[in-house]
Amino acid sequence: MKPLVHISSSAVPMPIENVDTDQIIPARFLKAITRDGFGDNLFRDWRYDRGGEPKQDFVLNNPIYAGEILVAGKNFGCGSSREHAAWALGDYGFRVIISSFFADIFKGNALNNGLLPITVSDQALHTIFQAIEADPSQELKVNLPEQKLSCGEEEWSFDIDGYKKQCLLNGHDDIDFLLSIKDDIIAFEQEQVIY
Amino acid sequence: MSKTLFDKIWDAHVVKSLPGGRDVIYIDRHLIHEVTSPQAFAGVEARGIDIFRKEKIVATADHNVPTRDQHLPIREAMSRKQVQTLVDNCAAHDIPLYGLGHPYQGIVHVIGPELGITRPGMTIVCGDSHTSTHGAFGSIAFGIGTSQVEQVMASQCLILDRPKTMRITVDGELSPGSSSKDIILYIISKLTAAGGTGYFVEYAGSAIRALSMEARMTICNMSIEMGARGGLIAPDQVTIDYIRGKKFAPQGAELEAAEQYWLSLYSDDMAVFDVEHHFHTDDIAPMITYGTNPGMGMAVTDNIPSHSDTKALDYMGFEAEESLLGKRIEHVFIGSCTNSRIEDLRAVAQMVQGKRKASHVSVMVVPGSKQVEAQAKAEGLDTIFREAGFDFREPGCSACLGMNEDKIPQGEYCVSTSNRNFEGRQGPGARTLLASPITAAAAALAGHIVDVRTVIKA
Ligand code: SF4
Repeated sequence: MKPLVHISSSAVPMPIENVDTDQIIPARFLKAITRDGFGDNLFRDWRYDRGGEPKQDFVLNNPIYAGEILVAGKNFGCGSSREHAAWALGDYGFRVIISSFFADIFKGNALNNGLLPITVSDQALHTIFQAIEADPSQELKVNLPEQKLSCGEEEWSFDIDGYKKQCLLNGHDDIDFLLSIKDDIIAFEQEQVIY
Repeated sequence: MSKTLFDKIWDAHVVKSLPGGRDVIYIDRHLIHEVTSPQAFAGVEARGIDIFRKEKIVATADHNVPTRDQHLPIREAMSRKQVQTLVDNCAAHDIPLYGLGHPYQGIVHVIGPELGITRPGMTIVCGDSHTSTHGAFGSIAFGIGTSQVEQVMASQCLILDRPKTMRITVDGELSPGSSSKDIILYIISKLTAAGGTGYFVEYAGSAIRALSMEARMTICNMSIEMGARGGLIAPDQVTIDYIRGKKFAPQGAELEAAEQYWLSLYSDDMAVFDVEHHFHTDDIAPMITYGTNPGMGMAVTDNIPSHSDTKALDYMGFEAEESLLGKRIEHVFIGSCTNSRIEDLRAVAQMVQGKRKASHVSVMVVPGSKQVEAQAKAEGLDTIFREAGFDFREPGCSACLGMNEDKIPQGEYCVSTSNRNFEGRQGPGARTLLASPITAAAAALAGHIVDVRTVIKA
């Protein structure tokens, strides 16, 4: 996993609520057996029409918006547990997603793939959307060690689990840790009675 | 100290608590399928480690399989390769696979219970969000991502933060025409598609106790549709009667010891939940969804709420404040891990016996497993379906997620017994209305949305 410490980037605004993982990556693109290449089909049905032509009114097809940060409406990533959604966002080039609410499984999947979900208040989300609307090149700054997000003059703190923060900063994942406690796991198994 | 059912099971599976609050949780059962496992196998292999406890894994092929001619090679090249990759991985790692052609094959959440693999007090995971289904047995069961599938393969453990607990109590007796599907669609319509986020839900109350195991599974299955991590129901005699005699269930003295333990799994009287909700069956009528998330549901006789999300209504081709009764539909899908078990098929068969579907409607009935399919045939349900003009298929996820060729065409309406009505879920542009099996069956006969109670009376 690639470490994530500081990110400064313009952002792509998607002020839509309840963006579900079927929109992020439709099921028909889940047939691959590797983790690569999902970015091409990110938001496939919002991004392309049935003939495969880009839909001009979709934000990813609007050249004035770009960057490593996606800013999205409330309850982002609801629905299916498909980790392909996190892979697609990462493969496309996003490293941070900002929303006022994330669905649980998506949040975990994102963190397990070096993609940082930042939860902000509805008010802060609104401010960020407005700032991007006023100036699409508006830079957002993410400082993970200090857990700070800023946009122009405004700055907010955000929460992240301490363990997950260390994983992101170091580019480590859970397996590295779990393998290091194998003796504890075996000791647990010896005590456990399963019916 | 008083504990909730959830706490009792969670605490019994903590291998180690980490500073900062996360727990390393031991996983008793790991179910895998073709879509979310290949990258996990590849990951384990890339690390050069072995699968830690392969005997705790059970595999099946369900998401991406055809529901016709399963004895022939899969036609679509990528699907064939994905299913073959599962076969190869299971062979290489010595993992039991109930794949295509096996008498136990089926949707992962249907086969776990019917084989006696799912049992009370267990922790159960699968790379699929509807793993919550297994909570009906009083287990902690939840969906995980592929990285976590890899973690469980590597260590039989997951690093998790402890969810908050919610109890939803439903009291009363269901009236004719309503089923457990209506209970859960009603709950989600009240709590919204995000109302359970961060919580593990226990369902309780006289209405839940009165349900069969299969009906309980339908409820727990859809817990994820309100954002909850999972749902569970305390085991009781109904649970035990269901498990007894199942293929992999404990037997003899082991079963007796198990039963004693299972019956100790309930929330103590004084246990405190973070949130409690109460509902009564008097308020629960046959339900239908009108929008593009499962929280957008209403009684079939209601009008679409006036404040509904316009993007969703545009997609569905509906208008606020209109009634759906009489709306013409083109498809009916009876299947998915929510409603594809034998009781669902029996209820549908009973409703359509001796009748014929409306001529413009196509109806697919997809059994949840080979065992369900065999049972349906043994009871002659397949004949009833055929005579009604329904297409009785072979098991798989099918049009629930439209990964194989079973898709609903652009712009057309499908009354579906599945669990998700997201945009494009059943195929690009497909319009899904979620409902119970008998409401779906009634729509198939009429060719439009009807209140199933009027059909029962007639
Ligand atoms: S039937 Fe549908 S919801 Fe159930 S496991 Fe298959 S795809 Fe998932």
